Amino acid sequence: MTASNPMLDHTLQDPPKLPFEPLIQKNAVITEARWVRRSLTAAALIFLLGFLLLPLISVFVEALRNGIGAYFDAIVEEDALAAIKLTMTVSLIAVPLNVVFGVTAAWAITKHSFRFKQLLITLIDLPFSVSPVVSGLIYVLIFGAQGWAGPWLMAHDIKILFAVPGIVLATIFVTFPFVARELIPLMQAQGTDDEQAALSLGANGWQVFWRVTIPNIRWGLLYGVLLCNARAMGEFGAVSVVSGHIRGLTNTMPLHVEILYNEYNFSAAFAVASLLAMLALLTLGLKSLLEWRHGEELAATRKH
Amino acid sequence: MDIQIRNIHKGFGSFPALAGVDLDIHSGELIALLGPSGSGKTTLLRTIAGLEYPDAGQILFGGEDTVALPVQQRRVGFVFQHYALFRHMTILENVAFGLRVRPRSERPSDSAIKKKAAELLDLVQLGGLEKRYPSQLSGGQRQRVALARALAIEPRVLLLDEPFGALDAKVRKDLRRWLRELHDKTGYTTVFVTHDQEEALELADRVVVMSRGRIEQVGSTDEVYENPATPFVFDFMGNTNILPGNVRGKEVFVQGTPSSIASTTLHEPGPVDIYVRPIDLRVADPGIPSFEAEILSTQRTGPVVRCEARAIESGVTLEIELPHLHFDVPLLKPSARVQLRLTNFSVFPKGTPITRQALPDVVSNAPAEYRERGRAG
Repeated sequence: MTASNPMLDHTLQDPPKLPFEPLIQKNAVITEARWVRRSLTAAALIFLLGFLLLPLISVFVEALRNGIGAYFDAIVEEDALAAIKLTMTVSLIAVPLNVVFGVTAAWAITKHSFRFKQLLITLIDLPFSVSPVVSGLIYVLIFGAQGWAGPWLMAHDIKILFAVPGIVLATIFVTFPFVARELIPLMQAQGTDDEQAALSLGANGWQVFWRVTIPNIRWGLLYGVLLCNARAMGEFGAVSVVSGHIRGLTNTMPLHVEILYNEYNFSAAFAVASLLAMLALLTLGLKSLLEWRHGEELAATRKH
Repeated sequence: MDIQIRNIHKGFGSFPALAGVDLDIHSGELIALLGPSGSGKTTLLRTIAGLEYPDAGQILFGGEDTVALPVQQRRVGFVFQHYALFRHMTILENVAFGLRVRPRSERPSDSAIKKKAAELLDLVQLGGLEKRYPSQLSGGQRQRVALARALAIEPRVLLLDEPFGALDAKVRKDLRRWLRELHDKTGYTTVFVTHDQEEALELADRVVVMSRGRIEQVGSTDEVYENPATPFVFDFMGNTNILPGNVRGKEVFVQGTPSSIASTTLHEPGPVDIYVRPIDLRVADPGIPSFEAEILSTQRTGPVVRCEARAIESGVTLEIELPHLHFDVPLLKPSARVQLRLTNFSVFPKGTPITRQALPDVVSNAPAEYRERGRAG
């Protein structure tokens, strides 16, 4: 048998290296005149400046109006600390649970076929389409004194509404779609070939899940977790309905901001709000970092 | 490993993808499943692998019935059309995967696994690229990695789903030759799926022609090409002319000719369809059984000259193909009348339908969940 000549064997060739970006990016046909491009860019920038950046800056300006000392006083104040702690607790419970629910739902929907699949997909979107206030009211209807489970819960001295469990439940409900919505399109696009290949190589279901499925979706999952966390900490409407606004007990950060604001304690309100704003900035930063890192990894794999 | 397939049935909803398939695959054989889309060839391959469960029937690996065995326990090397390489692993880890997922008691040491994977990469001539990721490889290289990964588990049978489907023509040709070499070297029983008859004929020891969930013919490449069992097989193997004619004993008459052509097999007397390939029609010398035809047009397309003609007696339009330097070419001028002879042909009872009309694609006809898989793949 003659060994094939590797110089002539096309199956051994490396992928071609293109010196330029895809042509479409330089396509002159879709490029408008310079003044059109400039004015469109300017319009977009002015809009962003006025509607997004300015309010963000004003939050910090207002927060620091009475000096840095007042700022920190407002944050380390007892009720504020309790609110921060509660917010952390709630998202520490809600986010991991939603990761589990979201991954399970996405996995079931994309890797398996069953009846009522479409219904499940629609249900996942429900929290997005329902007003958060209504989401909160659902729990009042179920667990409230006049609700279905209310009398039973009272008889057994279990507090859900106007307590931490109610806030956690409402937060889970509102933030449920973030992880699942992020993963479903990704996993749908990836298909099940990788899983089938792993199975044919002898892997069991558990190994397939941890070694193939999860690594394939890790960036999407992290992205979903970030968005889910940002929303869990910032959720106002649903939590407002179920929390009962008990200072130092059932007030989350957004609720605390509202109370302070209603009491004309502006600098304290903005101080706590600035924490939420920083959380948003941190989320954005991490998200960009993720995209950048992930992009770099992709570029590195292409560069070789 | 000998594989026996016994009366396999498989349906997707109301669509029968496999309607009673029997096949014996001999140990060390390289066999092609050939057919149009929707013929059930991929379903049969996936059923052998254990990626689909048949509704009825048996699949025996060396005499052992495997239908109840899940895919993990069948030890089959399955190579997917789009390779399905694990994108987050280096190609060395891809190849090592099958060894790493073994239960601890059967798992070789880490260094042994790496050594084995490196050996396999050498076997597929990708030594030195261990640290690359699948996205850094060309299509041909990925296909080789997929093969090495499948070989790592020392499979009882190697199953390739359209192994050349996603590649350029040149890469495809080289990969075909290389696959044949690899098969000769390793001796694994190999089954591959293709819709390209040229690929099947060139590469396989035996070809299984499938249509509508059934096997039309199994045979060596010569048998399938020279002695097609059905009009479908004849037509699927290449271009087809159909001439009306008659049969008496071993004598075959093209309609309107007094002289007969000798056939090697005995046919039922009566009217028949004579199937002849464009490449098997030649200008006849005087005295040789032939029929008259009028040349309609001639077209040169590089290495072949393609010619359209009409049989005078039956009015059938024929296609003739000749090598571009053949001495018959000057005779085939438009509106010239020539005597044509058949150098090779097949005879089927008159009016047997070719049933070429491909069934609706499995993918578009299957229930929604299968459609999704088809699209993803």
